[in-house]
Amino acid sequence: MSDSCAAPDQDLALPASVDLEKETVLSGTVVNDEGELVQGAYVRLLDGTGEFTAEVVTGEGGQFRFFAAPGKWTLRALSRYGDATGEIEAARGVNETKLAVSR
Amino acid sequence: MAREDVLVTADWAEANLDTPGVVFVEVDEDTSAYDSGHIKGAVKIDWKDDLQDPVRRDFVNQEQFSQLLSERGIANDDTVVLYGGNNNWFAAYAYWYFKLYGHESVKLLDGGRKKWELDARDVVTEVPKREATEYVAKPLDWGLRAKRDEVEAAIGVKNLIDVRSPDEYAGRLLAPAHLPQEQSQRAGHIPTALSVPWSKAANEDGTFKSEDELRELYVGEAGLDESKSTIAYCRIGERSSHTWFALRELLGYTDVKNYDGSWTEYGSLVGVPIALGDEPGTK
Repeated sequence: MSDSCAAPDQDLALPASVDLEKETVLSGTVVNDEGELVQGAYVRLLDGTGEFTAEVVTGEGGQFRFFAAPGKWTLRALSRYGDATGEIEAARGVNETKLAVSR
Repeated sequence: MAREDVLVTADWAEANLDTPGVVFVEVDEDTSAYDSGHIKGAVKIDWKDDLQDPVRRDFVNQEQFSQLLSERGIANDDTVVLYGGNNNWFAAYAYWYFKLYGHESVKLLDGGRKKWELDARDVVTEVPKREATEYVAKPLDWGLRAKRDEVEAAIGVKNLIDVRSPDEYAGRLLAPAHLPQEQSQRAGHIPTALSVPWSKAANEDGTFKSEDELRELYVGEAGLDESKSTIAYCRIGERSSHTWFALRELLGYTDVKNYDGSWTEYGSLVGVPIALGDEPGTK
C-alpha cells in the first residue's frame, strides 16, 4: 500500500506482496526507432471506453507497470522520440507489452 | 482571475529563469526526479518529508510552512512558480498550501515536468544556493479546506466532485491503477458526488484545458450547480488539488474547497453513507 498517489519506481521488481493469483498486472517496455529502451516516457492506461485510468513514467530500463483488472485496455506512450498506442486484452497475472514510439 | 495570473507557459518559464524575484520550485513525491535533472535554478520540495507532519496525520502547520520556505530561500514577496511530475498533482497540491497560508504570488507551470520533458527543454543537476529568508506564513485559510464533518453535511447540499478514475468512483478499484490494490477501507463514493476524473481537466501533455472546455466539462457534462459551493476530493487530496485549481483558479468559482482527507479518510469512517456504482446516488 502506498500513502501517495504517485507512481512507484517502475524499474523495481514486482513487490513480493503482490498476489498474482489476484492481481492483473499490465507491464512492458517502451523502445524507440532504434530499438533502444526509452527512459522518461509517459505511459498511460486507458480503459475500454478510452477513459484515462493511470499514468507512469518509465525508468532506466524503459519499463512500465499497471495494476488493473481483466479486460480490454489501451496503453498510450508519449516521449521525446514520439508516441505509440497499444491495445491489450488482459488476463489475471502478468500481461507483457512492448510499445515502439515514433514520430 | 485570468489564466495568466495563475499559470505560466513553458516558454514564459524558459524566458524568466533568471528573473529576480521569480523562484521555481519542483514539487514531487519521488525527488529522484529532481536529482536526475530539474529546471535551472529550481529548488525542490518533497511532498512527504517537507509537506506532511512527521507524526500526526496532517500536513505542516503555519510555523512549519514558514520554516520550510525560509530554509528554501523563498521570501513573502517572491513570485513562486511551481511544477512537478504526475501532471502537476503535487505542484497543484503545493499551490493549494501556498494559498492556504496566504502567499500573494504563486503560479503553476502549465504542463509541469511532463510538458518540459516532452519539449526536450534543458534540465540541470546543479542545486541552486539561495540565502535563507525569514518567511512568515499567514494563518491557515479554512475557506479553502474541507474537513470530514463538513463533507458529510454537504451530501445533497453542495457540489461534491469526485476526481478519481471511474473505476475507483464506482467501487471497482480501491486505488489508482498504477498501485497495487490491497487496501482495507470500503470502496465507492460519497453519495451525490459527481464523477469528473481529474484527467478530463488536462490535455495529454499535462497542460490544463481551456476555460471554455473546463466550463463545458463541469457544468455542461457533469452538472455542477454554479449557484452552490463545491468540495473536491480524491484518494488523498492531490488529484483533487488539480481539480480545485481548475475550478477556483481557472474558472473563478469563489467557494471551492479541497477535502484532503479524501477517500482514505471517508472510506474508513464508521457509519457514513457510501454509494456504489456509476451513479451519484441520493442523500
